[in-house]
Amino acid sequence: MDFEHLANALTLTNLALALFGVVAGTVIGSIPGLSATMAVAVLVPITFAMTPASALILLGAIYTGAIYGGAYSAILLNTPGTPSAIGTTFDGYPMAKRGDGDLAVAIACYASVFGGMIGALALLLLAPPLSSVALAFGPVEYLWLSIFGLSLIASLSTGNVLKGLAGGAFGLLLSCVGVAEISADIRLTFGSPTMIGGIEVVGALIGLYCIPVLIDLVATPERHLKVDKGGRAVRFREGAIIAWRSRFNLLRSSIIGTLIGILPGAGGSVAGLVAYSEAKRTARPDQKFGEGEPDGIMATEAANNATVGGGFIPTLVLGIPGTPPDAVILGALLVQGVRTGPTLFEGGGSIVYTFIFGLFIATILMLPTGLLIGRYAYKTIVTIPKTILVPSVGFMTIIGTFAIRNSISDVIIMIVLGTVGWVLSRFGFAASPIVLGLILGPIAEQGFVQAWIIGEATGNLAGMFFGRPISLAIIAFTILSLLYPVIQGRRARKLLDMQAGSNAKTDD
Amino acid sequence: MLRLKSVKTLVIASAVSLAAATGALAFPDKAIEYIIPFGPGGESDISARFQQPFFKDKFGQDLVVSYKPGGGGAVGWAQLNSMAGDGYTIMGINLPHIVIQPAQKDVGYTTEDINAFYMFHYTPDAIVVTADSPYQALEDLIADAKANPGALTMSGSGKATANHLAQIRFDKMAGIKTTYVPFKGTGASTTANLGKQVKAQWGYTTVGAAQGDAVRMLAVAMEERHPLFPDVPTFKELGFEMVGGAYRGMAVPKDTPADTVKALSDMFGEINADEAFRKQMLDGGFALLDVGADGMAEFMKARKDEYVEAATEAGLLN
Repeated sequence: MDFEHLANALTLTNLALALFGVVAGTVIGSIPGLSATMAVAVLVPITFAMTPASALILLGAIYTGAIYGGAYSAILLNTPGTPSAIGTTFDGYPMAKRGDGDLAVAIACYASVFGGMIGALALLLLAPPLSSVALAFGPVEYLWLSIFGLSLIASLSTGNVLKGLAGGAFGLLLSCVGVAEISADIRLTFGSPTMIGGIEVVGALIGLYCIPVLIDLVATPERHLKVDKGGRAVRFREGAIIAWRSRFNLLRSSIIGTLIGILPGAGGSVAGLVAYSEAKRTARPDQKFGEGEPDGIMATEAANNATVGGGFIPTLVLGIPGTPPDAVILGALLVQGVRTGPTLFEGGGSIVYTFIFGLFIATILMLPTGLLIGRYAYKTIVTIPKTILVPSVGFMTIIGTFAIRNSISDVIIMIVLGTVGWVLSRFGFAASPIVLGLILGPIAEQGFVQAWIIGEATGNLAGMFFGRPISLAIIAFTILSLLYPVIQGRRARKLLDMQAGSNAKTDD
Repeated sequence: MLRLKSVKTLVIASAVSLAAATGALAFPDKAIEYIIPFGPGGESDISARFQQPFFKDKFGQDLVVSYKPGGGGAVGWAQLNSMAGDGYTIMGINLPHIVIQPAQKDVGYTTEDINAFYMFHYTPDAIVVTADSPYQALEDLIADAKANPGALTMSGSGKATANHLAQIRFDKMAGIKTTYVPFKGTGASTTANLGKQVKAQWGYTTVGAAQGDAVRMLAVAMEERHPLFPDVPTFKELGFEMVGGAYRGMAVPKDTPADTVKALSDMFGEINADEAFRKQMLDGGFALLDVGADGMAEFMKARKDEYVEAATEAGLLN
């Protein structure tokens, strides 16, 4: 690792590739349905004519850009462009609704760049030791991690825990449809071959989040997002001040994102949700998560971009892809004749380090391009008349859902789920618990079944589930995040009593 | 940096072969879509990516890889025969999947529905342990399994898959009882093995190629040793009649004309015969296979009998 590799990464071709990759990735990622995995897979053939390092830089830049791009549609349309941006909708859309969409986009960009840098830094300095995290996580740890993720349902649906749990259960049920991932049983297809493929997560995301927004847009005469009259100055600076104030949140979320990115069985979506959950748990009493709190966006966006660097750690060190896009990149490298694994870092290090510096460059380039594209995206969504916005977004949802696996039945499932989601939202059921169940259900199920088989074979079922240190730590965090709202509520009440006693001011 | 020179030669070469192709035989005169019924990044995708540049080079047309994942491949295979049978749509197929899936339950297609025209490689079954595992040789693993029936856990990719059938068949041959733990794909199964969540892994030679010194293969299910691993014995050498793994090839819709099927079979045979292609595949840990349209019926029948027998005995086909 020396400056030679930095110089290699800084060639004009590589810089151009990084810039192109970030821009292309951001645009693709912002379109719901076109995920980072697809963006990378589509561009793989182009990389055959490049040197391995340039190919890696291009693919890494697209990946990074796509993960950030997912924030635009999450903020402006309440629809995560990629599953990684689910947590961004929680506070991003409320911010956009009240007229702070431009600020939210700027904050998301700062957080993404910060998270991306931390992830890349971990990849540069700590890759070989950190790769052991991937191996320390067994089936039980994945089970408890997904339970921890599911515990977010409780804190997401404050005041309406029962409806949140019902939604989560519905999501878990949906995740069972089709061929079970490890037992190969066919479940809940009701004899229809089209259901064998199950409910596609991205399609379900588009349906559950975007269709209700579209229906509401048509059903109400108001503008899509509130805009302040009289041309406000760009809010880059304001965003930077907010981001700086929340630097601890950014750092914590980035570390969570890096660590979860290393885990091959959990991706950007889980990382974003866990970081969000932690940000919410440690929030100041005056912060209202879920109602447009900038810290919520920052936690998710820092964490999901940190998974890029984190995910490359097992990919490059162990030859095990950390995230789905990494699997595609690994395949592209194999075709190029580059073998990953421990020897890559030691022997053929030049490619790796050139690539890591390339990732840094791409992440830095994301700052100006992200802010620029974000500003443009915001202006477009805000100024475009509803009569054009609704049909074009509707068209995009159909194309995007179809593109996931070239399947028309996915489009039908998306529309049906969207309608169901809209009806449910009328009765106070939110989309997020359903989506959490859908994403985390399979991870929990696999972990449970595998842990059970191993535990039974080794005659130590209890020790398997409750005797492993990492599991115990995750269980402790789960209990903490479940109990925290209760403790916080009690403390707030006590505070209120005291204030009432001393005749203090009302809350702001 | 772009290798401009090779791009240029590629362009010239494709222009030349394009002219030749349109002059002599009209097929193919446009890009061929190659549908992989899995997500990107797996063995099926990677081996298709290996074929891609050779196809373009030899026949002047693009081989466009696309994905139709779902149901462990079943979603794609169930739709194969409703696609255009003009030779411009081909789909990746996998064994034992296309035998076991329809034998287990209604998945929207039968094994006979799949019109396979070429099987181009297989990933031989292999028992993989970590470098510091106490099992130095296959006999160590067998001895441990005999001493502690059922306590020896082995990871593998999925249930009723090549890995799982290999475990069932080997347990029977060796007279042992091991516990098979299904994981989602070879990557997850390898992670579990490397992380010592299980004691060994039913994997493929590709795992050995990817993991290098981090793992040790105890035996491989090939007729002869894999050139990449001259020190790893075959099961046959050790007295077990195990040859096989996950086979991959391509199929076309049923109504594709016979001469088009023959042309496709010949074209992929030509790629398979290319020394550079063979070397790439072997370096990746794959084992080559050359079953064209002519020998397909016989090949499929032999595989089907073998799989159905193992799966029936294990109670997987109820």
